[in-house]
Amino acid sequence: MATLITHSPILIIAIPLVAAFLTPLIGMAGSKARNTLVVVSLTFVAFLVFALARDVVANGIRVYTLGSASPSLTIPPGSMVPVRIILEVDAMSIFFGIIWAIVSLAAAMFSLSHIADETGQNRFYTLLLLMVTGGFGMMFTGDLFNLFVFLEIASISGGALIAFRTRSADTQEGGFKYIVVSAIAGLMILFATGLLYAQYNSLNMATLAHVIQFTASDKIALALLLVAFTMKTGMVPLHLWFPDAYSVAPASITGMLVITSHACMYAAFRVCFTLYGGVIDGLVVGWIIVITGLLTMFVGVTMAVFQKDVMRFMSYHAISQLGYMWVGVGVGLAVLGTPELGTYGRDAMTGGIFHILNHAMYKPLLFFTGGALFHCTGTRDLAKMGGLAHKMKWTAILYIIGTLSISGLPPLNGFSSKILIYESVYRFHPILTMTGIIVSILTLASFTKAFHSAFMGAELPEYEKVREVPRSMIIGMVILAAGIVFITLFPAQVVGWILRPAANALIDQGAYINAVMGAIP
Amino acid sequence: MERVLLNFPFVAAALLVGISLYIIIFKRNLIKLIMGISMMASGVNLFLVALGYRAEGNAPIYTEVPAGRMVLPVPQALTLTSIVINVAVLALMLTMVIQIYRHTGSLDAEKSRRMKG
Amino acid sequence: MLSKIVRTVANQLFLFILVFGLYVIAHGHLTPGGGFQGGAVIVSGVVMLLVAFNSKELKKSLPERLLSIMESTGALIFAALAFAGIGTAFFYNLLVGTPIFGKIPPTGPGSGDFWTGGLVPLMNFAVGLKVMAGLSAVVLAMALFASGEEVEE
Repeated sequence: MATLITHSPILIIAIPLVAAFLTPLIGMAGSKARNTLVVVSLTFVAFLVFALARDVVANGIRVYTLGSASPSLTIPPGSMVPVRIILEVDAMSIFFGIIWAIVSLAAAMFSLSHIADETGQNRFYTLLLLMVTGGFGMMFTGDLFNLFVFLEIASISGGALIAFRTRSADTQEGGFKYIVVSAIAGLMILFATGLLYAQYNSLNMATLAHVIQFTASDKIALALLLVAFTMKTGMVPLHLWFPDAYSVAPASITGMLVITSHACMYAAFRVCFTLYGGVIDGLVVGWIIVITGLLTMFVGVTMAVFQKDVMRFMSYHAISQLGYMWVGVGVGLAVLGTPELGTYGRDAMTGGIFHILNHAMYKPLLFFTGGALFHCTGTRDLAKMGGLAHKMKWTAILYIIGTLSISGLPPLNGFSSKILIYESVYRFHPILTMTGIIVSILTLASFTKAFHSAFMGAELPEYEKVREVPRSMIIGMVILAAGIVFITLFPAQVVGWILRPAANALIDQGAYINAVMGAIP
Repeated sequence: MERVLLNFPFVAAALLVGISLYIIIFKRNLIKLIMGISMMASGVNLFLVALGYRAEGNAPIYTEVPAGRMVLPVPQALTLTSIVINVAVLALMLTMVIQIYRHTGSLDAEKSRRMKG
Repeated sequence: MLSKIVRTVANQLFLFILVFGLYVIAHGHLTPGGGFQGGAVIVSGVVMLLVAFNSKELKKSLPERLLSIMESTGALIFAALAFAGIGTAFFYNLLVGTPIFGKIPPTGPGSGDFWTGGLVPLMNFAVGLKVMAGLSAVVLAMALFASGEEVEE
């Protein structure tokens, strides 16, 4: 078990990769064998992630040096700087890893029947597993260039999956937009990496954080990295591609794309807090992030009200919810290094991170219910649906859970994280809390309206033959709903176990550097 | 003069990125958009390789290397990786454009319904 | 399909391109080249065949299923070689500095010994196989697209 945990950072990345390339071979033996492979490998990865999470919370940061004489040997003898590829897993990384493991497993389960009628399923699962690899890689890597590589792996497979259904032009256009945005963001990150490498001769984030000066070209690099990651996350001035891509993808993939968007958010946090943590002008960058967050919250929800397509409607809500996380963590960044960090900054960050966890549970759940509606009715138009609660009881119940959670109604988990954000950011600036509450009310209103038009009312004659969705889709949704119920029942335990360590890991830049640089001053 | 020559690759990289930005923002033909992205990738790759150059340096190949200093190998490795990634991105984008053309019969971003913005 | 002369010459030339591609792959750790570059060289040969014959003709000798198997096999060999060193660390180079060919080869500038790479040449071959199959599939699919053929994406 100890050996397994030692190697688990790379195993979590490598197992989906191996499974991805086994999929076409096993797929020749039949779809059942292939589906088993996908589910078993993702379950095993989820198990490893939880084992690693326990270890990281208990024993601190875990590093893994690829190809060295020992995984913990970050700096080879006779050298002053790390030269190998290093994976570095702290509480923040593993927190995102847990989310990704749960959602990818749920998405794979959901896909088993959601995709069952399509051709080219072997490719679908290969790409899905590659996307899992890319996501885990982004979260665990300690190296700026590998961040770019894994981001591109996740983006390319994600773009291909958005365009997976080739029957209509929408999917191709959505996928094309996504891949164009990813390519431009990727090149910006590469350019910034070059700027940093030119000055400090290193690609390792811990080493860079150790020596960074905040010169003019460092500022350019920071701006490029932040713009690239906000663009990939889907924040407001750069969000136009987001609903187009998310609404046309197969629902299981949309759920996963939400988490890749969070992974880009993680990368942005990593850049602000760890890479530039010691030198950044927190107040300025923090305010920029907070204002972007506010705009995102407001624009997202106001656009969502007018949508008739159920998936577009949910995509705009996803944008709106991203704003809460930015506001929470942005406030933490703005007060970084000041006494206010202890009084409310840490709580704001914990709230923001808590909201990421909640959003990662209810948003894929809602997208899955949207996908279930599409699966049964063949349309995404809310105006054409109606009375479906009679036929699809499970979906209706799961939709209600998701709705209550996203609107932040007590006592659900959405409420716990939102109240933590409201209370702490109120002390930074009251307008943030007011906007948050207004957005929350609008969210509830529009989701209630959508519920009414899809599920309530009399049974429509054209949906006479609609049946409840197949069992594996329900299992996929229930995994996420179970997550919501668990967080609802034990919010304090979840905060204490993983969220506070995650927030502290972001603040504590020294520990991140020390884990790689060791005793070298 | 020597300084100018040394900085020449950076000027070229900046020009490439600038032209490609112009193409990406103002051209509505999807194939031209792809060409713009490809050019931008070339510009960034040129920037990376130029970073690693040291005056009078040899190529970083150990086999039968002459005496003297070498240029940095790491930016070249980065460039290679980035080229490989760009091949994949390019192939994927072209496939999608072919599909878009089949469905809509047009390569104009203005004409297809959702490509605006 | 082009004339008989072109087809015959292309057939003969493909062998040379293949050998050159394999050379570039095998010496990737000593000279410029490696798995991706060598694989791309071989794919240029495939493109030449594509021009000389047509895409439907070529599809018969390079069926999609075969390419898919080759691609997965290449990736799996690479992963297996990376896992081979997991006793020490992932990607640990087990074979470097081992006297399999009689002596431990000298390292450092100037030595052109093939065995300095350890596992690296084997990994290059795996990557070469994958790139060759993958890029051939892409080129072939696009050629079939262009000729108006329905292909399963």
